[in-house]
Amino acid sequence: MATFFGEVLSVYSRAVEEDEYDDMTNENEEDEQIRREIEEKRSVHVHWHSQKDGGSVPCSDLIIAEGPNATGFISAYVLSSGGWTAVGWVSLWNERSHGSERPDEAPGPGEPSCILYQQKHTPSVLICQCSCYVAEDQLFQWTEKVFGCVQTRDLTVTVLSDCSAAEYKTSDYLSGSSVPFLRSLRTSAHKGPVACPPLDQPNISTGLAAAVLSFCQVQRIAAVLYQCYSDVLQPDSLTMQTYRAAVSAVLKLDQSPSAEVLQKITRVGELQSNLYT
Amino acid sequence: MFIASGDVVPSFKGFTLIMPAVSVGNVGQLAADLLISTLNMPRVGYFHTDCLIPMVGNNPYATSTEDAAQLSTSAEVYSHSDLKLAVLQIRTPIIQTKVRSFRKLMVSWIKSSGFLRSVLLSSSHAYQRDDQQLHGTSLRYLLTPSLQKEESQRVEELGWREMERISAFPGISDSEQRLYIPGGGVTKALYTDCCTEDLPMAVVLIFCSEGDNIPDAFALINHLNDWLHLLEKPTQGSVQWRVPPSWRLLFGSGIPPLLF
Repeated sequence: MATFFGEVLSVYSRAVEEDEYDDMTNENEEDEQIRREIEEKRSVHVHWHSQKDGGSVPCSDLIIAEGPNATGFISAYVLSSGGWTAVGWVSLWNERSHGSERPDEAPGPGEPSCILYQQKHTPSVLICQCSCYVAEDQLFQWTEKVFGCVQTRDLTVTVLSDCSAAEYKTSDYLSGSSVPFLRSLRTSAHKGPVACPPLDQPNISTGLAAAVLSFCQVQRIAAVLYQCYSDVLQPDSLTMQTYRAAVSAVLKLDQSPSAEVLQKITRVGELQSNLYT
Repeated sequence: MFIASGDVVPSFKGFTLIMPAVSVGNVGQLAADLLISTLNMPRVGYFHTDCLIPMVGNNPYATSTEDAAQLSTSAEVYSHSDLKLAVLQIRTPIIQTKVRSFRKLMVSWIKSSGFLRSVLLSSSHAYQRDDQQLHGTSLRYLLTPSLQKEESQRVEELGWREMERISAFPGISDSEQRLYIPGGGVTKALYTDCCTEDLPMAVVLIFCSEGDNIPDAFALINHLNDWLHLLEKPTQGSVQWRVPPSWRLLFGSGIPPLLF
């Protein structure tokens, strides 16, 4: 596109990429094979620690946490009290999540991962803590594979997801004091109480939370998403605390986790050194 | 694939399907929003597929607080039985590697549902028009061979302009003429698929650029209404389309007062 001053700018559209589709019909066998290998590499797999007999795990409550604050909250307020065993993990590879070097072994602590925990005294309560990035083209598969392993009858799903406050659209300006806050979205099958106001239009949710909620809506599973809008993207104790209201109905929480535990989680986001110290 | 939202699986036999192509300015999608919102069309099902980026939100067409809390997904089907109209609204982009699967999915769904005809609302980059396309109206149409028999006379009466074919090598006068819809997303491919499968499909598109595309959406939907008569045109003025609440804050939140 030519501009007033005569230079030529490339124009891009928020809706479509430039037409690359025309050449797809001229693929040969080698291209087909490369495509298949890439698909194979990007496929999602659910692994269980103990041999399952192929049936689905009985489950009454599934809590999925994605994002640094949601996963930090689960680590500090839920898992730290003990009473949870890691029963499986989800392995995947994409440009941002290189997966484990050893795909058949569980990811080590500190590695970005997607781990499934089961509550010892109530084995029908499961938590999925997702700290790795799941790419757009893997979201559908991730959801199908994870839900394919659990019993979906009478299941209630709670999703905790982080979001930047900059993405929240409101006609009144969002001042610093109202952040962080929770908003909820729930499927038609979910009839229980919800801990915060609903997410009003024109706001939407995307990513893993949206994939899970879409699946639950279509399959008529009761599910609720708690989206926490915060102006801090790293793990932050104030933001993590906001999630308490969301799960107190389902889980017993460690009301005041030790400072040590919180520090370990929030320290990840700190600068190692800067020019001034 | 199509999954009904209620207990009754709706029948689309003899219906007209209107669907948008995800294209420049999202004009087709905005026009579909106007249609669903104005005609108060209830949702009858979801299009559950791995080809689209997932997204959820509350009811984008809510008229009151009671119906505001209905969850909406990235692709849903709305129906109006009196008008024998079905609208598939697509709200997110097609995943790059899944474009071919998406086309196959659409074609097979159109075939199996028994739609009388389908209409694809689309748009194309205005800056890529060639000399002949710069003159006159920015609206164009295309008809597949099976729909041409019934509708070619009608579109001629309406004075519609068919999308021109462009030289494969501009400047060389005897190069082959082919269809070129830049910025149209799957429009050209889906149209070609429907021609091959002998499905009755019309493409209605507008040349536009990215920006505030609401006027383009109104232009496109009014143009479509001239043909399909979905809403009565009043003797004076134009059809009153209802803007859905999801169009609020299209360009961001309110301005912080401290800025001034």
